[in-house]
Amino acid sequence: MKEQLYSYLLMLGDNSMILAHRLSELCGHGPSLETDIALTNISLDLFGQVRNFFQYAAELKGGDCTEDNIAYLRTEREYYNCILVEQANTDFAHVIARQFFFDQFQYLQLKQLEKSSDETIAAIAAKSIKETRYHLRFSSEWMRRLGAGTEESHIKTQAAVDRLYPFVDELFTASAIEKALSDAGIAMDPGTVKAEYEQETKTVLEEASLILPDAAPRFAQGKQGMHTEQLGYILSEFQYMQRAYPNMEW
Amino acid sequence: MSKEVNLEEQFQARIDAGERIEPKDWMPEKYRKTHIRQISQHAHSEIVGMLPEGNWITRAPSLRRKVGLLAKVQDEAGHGLYLYSAAETLGISRDELEVQLLTGKAKYSSIFNYPTLSWADIGAIGWLVDGAAIINQVMLTRTSYGPYARAMVRICKEESFHQRQGYEIMLGLAKGTPEQKEMAQDALNRFWWPSLMMFGPRDHESPNTAQSVRWKIKRKTNDELRQQFIDITAPQADYLGLTIPDPDLKWNEERGHYDFGEINWDEFWQVVKGNGPCNRERIEARTKAREDGAWVREAALQYAAKKATRNQSKAV
Repeated sequence: MKEQLYSYLLMLGDNSMILAHRLSELCGHGPSLETDIALTNISLDLFGQVRNFFQYAAELKGGDCTEDNIAYLRTEREYYNCILVEQANTDFAHVIARQFFFDQFQYLQLKQLEKSSDETIAAIAAKSIKETRYHLRFSSEWMRRLGAGTEESHIKTQAAVDRLYPFVDELFTASAIEKALSDAGIAMDPGTVKAEYEQETKTVLEEASLILPDAAPRFAQGKQGMHTEQLGYILSEFQYMQRAYPNMEW
Repeated sequence: MSKEVNLEEQFQARIDAGERIEPKDWMPEKYRKTHIRQISQHAHSEIVGMLPEGNWITRAPSLRRKVGLLAKVQDEAGHGLYLYSAAETLGISRDELEVQLLTGKAKYSSIFNYPTLSWADIGAIGWLVDGAAIINQVMLTRTSYGPYARAMVRICKEESFHQRQGYEIMLGLAKGTPEQKEMAQDALNRFWWPSLMMFGPRDHESPNTAQSVRWKIKRKTNDELRQQFIDITAPQADYLGLTIPDPDLKWNEERGHYDFGEINWDEFWQVVKGNGPCNRERIEARTKAREDGAWVREAALQYAAKKATRNQSKAV
């Protein structure tokens, strides 16, 4: 059980971390100062969540394990984030659509995890959900703005939705660990919030004059540690200092 | 004419009495222009300054450092926002100011035209560049133009936090492994002289200084501020166990100040003129952000307009 809990915390943390990394790539390059500040804020919140999850995981692991060992010193196949969050910052529409699809999921997930029988997870969820509620409001508002703004913004945003929505399905496919831990009342079985997710998402997209694509889900096994080719590049940048200068304090 | 002279005299009298000038007050055209130039230059420096530090966000060596750096760069965007707002009180828009930056009509601090080549540069920038900026900015909290002075009070608080954070990074490196110490020394070697250049040309080559002092835009000259910075920073380098790359740097008991070597003014002017290591890249990055973001800003405007029309027709 402890081993499973550890892996589950890694999955939760990796989702936030890889998305936070993508957002951090944009810092200083946003379409306006206001959006630059807001996206950096979301990145900061997500990194905060990562630290909470990984500090807890490090405690479970014991020995001299730290949040940074967990964050920095795994191989590519040992990261368990979903494929959605590693998708590139193709344009602002992709950034917002990726955020919106994730926020909606994360919000429902944290709402469940607030009731987790694991007190630490429940406490982290209770703290994080306040931030995620704001992220969801931000990304939903921007979906509406872009979807119903100009013709150009509509086309770009619909393209981002078409591209990214097929990765959403993975969020709801429970891994063996999610199944086992949800039976124990610790984790959420994502299948249980799928209907609510689809309803909420549809409402916002309708307001944004956007449609959900009819396309089949993309084959995605990020939760099993099988990623797109993009993750290797993310990690080579992310891990650079820890790999080039091992065992040092910063 | 005589009325104008009278107004100018009254204006100078207000400044001499230590009064703050506010946006709606009468002010000489040159005072207004000088402020637009200075405040926008300062705002641009905050925004362009996000780039060299942003260069290390994705590669920060620990989660704690990453979060610290992200928050710092975000603060700079915030400073840019207040400063653009302060400049807007003088009758110019943020958009016009941005165009001035991208076309090279407006300047920004030359220090940001140097590259960040290692993680230690993030420490060195916090310690030296923010340190130099604070010396200027503390003075500016008492500048005569109200909105600028008030923006500075807020900015100074955050900058001094950044400076401590930078010094702490340097301290960790200087007390770390030999490789880390070497990295810190290399960063100091590269950022020391450009930091001294941040105070601008020598006083006798700074044509605006006298008028700026009279209008209390500046309260100290470039050379005075530079000396103050060196006097504060030299002992800090000693404490780190790092060597400032100036063989002439020496405490002068008689003057009560450090003596220091000659700045390479040729390099200074070359970088000001646009030939520094990163001038083009910085402006290209800002231009790209503006161009890539144009459709987003347009969409937000149109959406707001549509929403306003809808609300209006609902009200009718």
